[in-house]
Amino acid sequence: MAPPTSSQSKPGRTLLLLLALILVMGATVALQKAFVPKFGLDLAGGTTVTLSPVTVNGRAPSQESLDRAVTIIRQRVNGTGISDAQVAKSNDNIVIQIPGAGRDEALRLVSTTAELRMRQVLAVAAARTQPAEVPTAAPTPGGSATATPAASASDSTPARQSAAPTANPSPAGRVLSKALTAPTPEAGAATGGTTERKQGSGARAKESPTAAPSPSAPAAPEDEGDPLAGQDTSGIEPALLEEFRKIDCTAKNRGQGAIDDPNKQIVACSDDGTARYILDKAAVQGTEISGAQAGTDPTTGEWIVQVDFKSKGASLFSDITRRITTLPAPRNQLANVLDGVVIVAPTIEEAIPGGSARISGSFTQTTATELADQLKYGALPLKFQQSSVVSVSSTLGQDQLRGGLISGALGLIIVVLYLLLYYRGLGLIGVASLGVATAVTYLTVDVISHNAGFRLSLPHIIGLVVSIGITADSFIVYFERIRDEIKEGRRTLRSAVEVAWRRARRTILVADAVMFIAAVVLYFLAVGDVAGFAFAMGLTTLIDIVVVFLFTKPLMSIVARLRFFSKGHKLSGLDAERMGRTSPAEQTLQEA
Amino acid sequence: MPGVISRLYRGDINIDFVGKRKVWYGLSVVLLAVSILGLVLNGLNLGVEFRGGSVFDFTRTPGSSIEQVRETVADAGAHQVIVQQAGPNWRVTTESLKGEEATKVQETIARKYGISEEQVSSQVIGATWGGEVSQKAWIGLVVFMIAIMLYLSVAFEWRMALAAIVALIHDLVITAGVYAWSGFEVTPATMLGFLTILGYSLYDAVVVFDMIKEVTGKLGTSAKMTYTQAANNALSHTLIRSLNTSLVAILPVAAILFIGTTLLGAGTLKDLSLALFVGMVVGTYSSLCVATPILVTLKEREPKWQALAQRVHAKELAAAKAARTAKEPVSAGTQNVTAQATDKRKKR
Repeated sequence: MAPPTSSQSKPGRTLLLLLALILVMGATVALQKAFVPKFGLDLAGGTTVTLSPVTVNGRAPSQESLDRAVTIIRQRVNGTGISDAQVAKSNDNIVIQIPGAGRDEALRLVSTTAELRMRQVLAVAAARTQPAEVPTAAPTPGGSATATPAASASDSTPARQSAAPTANPSPAGRVLSKALTAPTPEAGAATGGTTERKQGSGARAKESPTAAPSPSAPAAPEDEGDPLAGQDTSGIEPALLEEFRKIDCTAKNRGQGAIDDPNKQIVACSDDGTARYILDKAAVQGTEISGAQAGTDPTTGEWIVQVDFKSKGASLFSDITRRITTLPAPRNQLANVLDGVVIVAPTIEEAIPGGSARISGSFTQTTATELADQLKYGALPLKFQQSSVVSVSSTLGQDQLRGGLISGALGLIIVVLYLLLYYRGLGLIGVASLGVATAVTYLTVDVISHNAGFRLSLPHIIGLVVSIGITADSFIVYFERIRDEIKEGRRTLRSAVEVAWRRARRTILVADAVMFIAAVVLYFLAVGDVAGFAFAMGLTTLIDIVVVFLFTKPLMSIVARLRFFSKGHKLSGLDAERMGRTSPAEQTLQEA
Repeated sequence: MPGVISRLYRGDINIDFVGKRKVWYGLSVVLLAVSILGLVLNGLNLGVEFRGGSVFDFTRTPGSSIEQVRETVADAGAHQVIVQQAGPNWRVTTESLKGEEATKVQETIARKYGISEEQVSSQVIGATWGGEVSQKAWIGLVVFMIAIMLYLSVAFEWRMALAAIVALIHDLVITAGVYAWSGFEVTPATMLGFLTILGYSLYDAVVVFDMIKEVTGKLGTSAKMTYTQAANNALSHTLIRSLNTSLVAILPVAAILFIGTTLLGAGTLKDLSLALFVGMVVGTYSSLCVATPILVTLKEREPKWQALAQRVHAKELAAAKAARTAKEPVSAGTQNVTAQATDKRKKR
């Protein structure tokens, strides 16, 4: 006689554990008032765009560059105010899911490649014109720059180096200087400007339109009626002046993803929405940047970003910095435009030859790394092709959902009927287990869809329906084992349930492990529907184990005490006469 | 009623699956040859998702005909237009269209049939996408097989792993053969089906092998059965479970197939369940008639089981002889046969 195991003596406790698990998930669902899982676009309707990177040599792009591309596309999509859009990496592809209609917009958004361009700042102002406020401040007397940008190219006044950052903090509050040169003048300039820059940066962080910092202190007080008052508008196309006055950079759509022609002047917003700019034609293309790293200044310990240029870029960069460094603010700023928005617009402290520059000014490690990434990967734009564009109407989605649900219900009913017919009383336990498995699956799907960004789609539903078979098989393996034990005729039901469990448990675990390995491998290696399907299979395999261990087995232990089962009632499914007393396995064992 | 069904119910049958393995091998070889021939001659009928192309789905309005829909779409500038009826919808397949072209087709359909543009579902699939999907699936398959080989080698032994994998490849090739000969369309959903079959095929084999391992583990040197006989017993014993499992697995799939065909027409549900249905039938056959026989063939080459087989055969022979020549002295016959058996062992 087998010694009683702990699970035999306390099946009630195990059941309570499962009950607690279900209650916790149920409570989560109730608290969030989220009773229906969120559906994928194939069921809810919407557009799914899959972008595959096209590389010159056909090799896989680096994960870093993909992550960068995901971030950029996400910014673009979110910037348009489309709610609930998802942008995610799936292997080497980027999958964009946009609920509802709006296919054309989605396509336009994701089809432009992100390229970095460096443009001279021609004018700058706070994020938007605020008509309510009375323009009190008179324009600063005498627009400071009389020299045209072109004429001042030969000027070189080293004194400006330290003066520039203190007098004219850029919206980004940053300065651009030579990298790795003799520390004294640069370090002095950098430290001299630090306090001022931090102020600018602090205001910038608030991001509220009213708190928008004065982007260029002498030229544009924040509550001024005309953002261009006091600024030198020479050399700017009139149409742009008008656009500049109108643009509202606090709006969600700040022109992300706009196709900026490098040969034209443009109006652009800063990426945090606190300032607007008029920018000159592109002086240096991002493709001329060879690298960018975040690091700390050896003397001040301040976070900086170092940028390196290729040879052509180095000379272009040298030219533009020499030309604009002597100009009055804001024209001594060089804006870095990525994807239609200004990511940084540092003041040029000096002419920077040598193909290497550094940007400094109240960076944190995070912001410095982010900027370095933007410069680096913006400079090496990944080209994408649209591998698949699938848009599902809400009616088709509903049809598919209904089809999935009906087949799920039908499948369950058939399996339930079969179990009852074949296993009678035991079948009831199987049916109860299937019921619990269904409930746990539903709750799990619901909870992860509301808390972990999971979206239930058709491949998932099919995976779940197909898995009914696997779940049911665990019961079948166990029931057959119990019947074996009974057939041998040497055991009471109570001990048969325990002995059979020890043998069935191993089979169930080994077989489920195979399914789980299949699910994991496919989930990580496959794309699209296959991955979704694999996820559902893996999930149900786990749930199967939970249900068999925490429900079927303890329930069996409890039920084994009932006369109906232990006496082998005709309807219990354990009726000895019907099962026959001997079995081939038994013969084998006896003969062996 | 002591019919086949009730004997099945009691697990009281002993079909000689393993003993007749030459028959099964022959059958499987023929099936594989026919499948490969089909794949070479006909190839697979790849769906739009693999070839690249555009698909539009929209609700069938009363009075619209296939001809009419084809004309409408062709007028919108699309080529290679194929119109199918899919449940309550029209499904229009064309060549791969560019963004604006696809939009134009959508607009035209919407205008012509008085539905909103959003109600026209569309898929535009680039020509290389299918290649990527299938390449990823192949990589996944190979990695999966290696992982399973390793796992089964650890959980059981390498011979079982090999037998399971051979059975699995057998199932995939034959299922693909059915698709090649029948011309059913192969879509990503079909691939999902194939992959599921793979899981089931292994799952079933694992349960059977677990039982074989248990039964044969008890065979000592003085056992009265060969490995083959023991394995066959184990197989017969789990037969009822295998059939139950297959049935329980096929039932929900049949439900999907039924709903997919009647309610939705063409689409994911139908493609997937068709692949599953075909594959599961093949899978059930292979787990009984391919996986275990291969395992037995491999195992019987082991010296330990060879020796056992010889002893058992010798005993059987002796018993038979004894029965036939009941009047002759029994001891002489037995000695004779035992000597033969020892002789054979020495030659090896």
